[in-house]
Amino acid sequence: MGRITLDKVQKKFGEVEVIPPLDLTIEDGEFVVFVGPSGCGKSTLLRLIAGLEDVTGGEIRIDGKPATDLPPAKRGLAMVFQSYALYPHMSVRKNIAFPMKMAGMDQAEQERRITKAADALNLTDYLDRRPGQLSGGQRQRVAIGRAIVREPAAFLFDEPLSNLDAALRVGMRMEISELHKTLATTMVYVTHDQVEAMTMADKIVVLRAGHIEQVGSPLELYKAPRNTFVAGFIGSPKMNLLTGATAAKHNASTIGIRPEHLDVVSEGGTFTGRVGVAEHLGSDTFFHVHIPEMTEPMTVRAGGEVGLRHGDTIHLEPRAEHIHRFDDKGLRFACHA
Amino acid sequence: MATEHSKSSARFMIAPAVFVLLVWMLVPLCMTLYFSFADYRPMRNTFDAWIGFSNYASFLTSSSFLSSVMVTLQMVAGILLITIGGGVALALLLDQPMFGQGIVRILVIAPFFVMPTVSALVWKNMFFNVDNGLFSYLWKFFGAQPYDFLSQSPLLSIVVIVAWQWLPFATLILLTAVQSLSSEQLEAAEMDGAPGYSRFWYIILPHLSRAITVVILIQTIFLLSIFAEIFVTTNGAFGTRTLTYLVYQRVLESQNIGLGSAGGIVAVILANIVAIFLMRIVGKNLDN
Ligand SMILES: Nc1ncnc2c1ncn2[C@@H]1O[C@H](COP(=O)(O)OP(=O)(O)O)[C@@H](O)[C@H]1O
Ligand SMILES: [Mg+2]
Repeated sequence: MGRITLDKVQKKFGEVEVIPPLDLTIEDGEFVVFVGPSGCGKSTLLRLIAGLEDVTGGEIRIDGKPATDLPPAKRGLAMVFQSYALYPHMSVRKNIAFPMKMAGMDQAEQERRITKAADALNLTDYLDRRPGQLSGGQRQRVAIGRAIVREPAAFLFDEPLSNLDAALRVGMRMEISELHKTLATTMVYVTHDQVEAMTMADKIVVLRAGHIEQVGSPLELYKAPRNTFVAGFIGSPKMNLLTGATAAKHNASTIGIRPEHLDVVSEGGTFTGRVGVAEHLGSDTFFHVHIPEMTEPMTVRAGGEVGLRHGDTIHLEPRAEHIHRFDDKGLRFACHA
Repeated sequence: MATEHSKSSARFMIAPAVFVLLVWMLVPLCMTLYFSFADYRPMRNTFDAWIGFSNYASFLTSSSFLSSVMVTLQMVAGILLITIGGGVALALLLDQPMFGQGIVRILVIAPFFVMPTVSALVWKNMFFNVDNGLFSYLWKFFGAQPYDFLSQSPLLSIVVIVAWQWLPFATLILLTAVQSLSSEQLEAAEMDGAPGYSRFWYIILPHLSRAITVVILIQTIFLLSIFAEIFVTTNGAFGTRTLTYLVYQRVLESQNIGLGSAGGIVAVILANIVAIFLMRIVGKNLDN
């Protein structure tokens, strides 16, 4: 079990309100990702759940039981830190055994769980090494191993992959997702990387300055961002946002068009501009097109082999059904008619 | 320092410093060595330049030699125990956020700047004195008989005085070590269910082990030559005669320079043995 409920949870550091009162429910077995720009309070929120920070107001419940005043160890949650926080003077085996040793578990059971975790995480050959003798990915796995042997009600991850290189990160992402599928335990995962959020989450919580901007599945956020912030944050490359006269034509104060919803046409088209930088990824090519309607270049996705060069003139036509409209407060209108 | 030319000019330029240093160290050492093989008692006008190892023999076989070595070891061990224990405790306390942290830290460091002679005198006259010492007033306040520290437990008294002087040093080094411990490690241990004392035992203490070995090494080297504190308080009486003090007594009180020199050389050799022994342990500890 691992259902976590936040009820008007608030956090102030002195006078600074980092998390304004906030409600959120994390269902049992869910993979929830907190995503948002750096400094928006993701870690703080996670640490409030963990019990490493005291709430200023509100209540946290775990499986329906009040947990607001419980010390971290009593909440039955396990955390994986960004720096891994392994104990450097202990072997991998002792690191993984530490929470069980603290719980006074018997030796045979400890051994059984260590073997199982080491098997699952490919750590069997490294059990007698020190953390300092391991690579970044292996350290990450030890940190995860130390978390799973406790069989917690929920796992908390704070940017666990940000110290790994790009290739390892993709691999570990898959491993953590696998782990979630096999354990079926609640996981709360913090990241500033929307790709991580989109690929791993059952439910994404988009945060800005401590506020929840939107909660939903990855596709919900992609298809129907609630406001311009979410629209700009979710999706890669970013959605093109246009204001002024162009938006007024659609009776909106801002419209958003994703790069993949713009077609290159030979004649006419809604937008005409000059090709700037092109990013060739092989399967796709992203063009940055300078158009008079936008100060920043508009990003356009084209097939892999478009014969366009820097400085060429290009005509673009958005797909009408995929234009997102936002009002003067940045909130989304119902889908374009 | 790459070319031949720059190398030779560099050598040329550091030569005076090296020369002064050599003279500074070697001349006294050589003279001590020379006297240690001589029968030299200026008060009696005896000078016999070579009497072989008989000075060494009589120094090493005298009953005061062994007891002075034991006293030295006890004293050093006692001081190390207090400074390391107290240093760890103070470092952990000073690491806590508190009002006036900067001033408190400076106050804690202060004893280190007091000259040994002065601090020994202050302790002797202001704290340990039976008639007017602060401890006597404290004892009287609780209705107890004042305790004459310096004659009842002289070794302990000297240990306390020296430990008071060296506590800041240990605290300072241990404090920097405490501050370098990542807070995430402590938080991880907290989440792993480790109560405060377990966090101290399993996380903080191992993290401090390097700093502790460094403190032990440096302090031992300095503590082997404690002198002023003994001179000022007990004059080496009541079982507080360390090896250093014994050498001093042989040279100055008995006016036997040959015997004292032999003792000096013995002390140098013993100190080196201790240092090598410690270096081994420290080196092992610093490796991992
Ligand atoms: N212990 C603290 N004391 C004061 N301010 C803090 C503390 N921890 C975090 N903050 C502030 O709270 C805000 C959110 O921080 P954090 O939760 O770490 O952001 P994120 O993890 O989303 O990057 C930041 O502006 C940060 O400066
Ligand atoms: Mg963070």
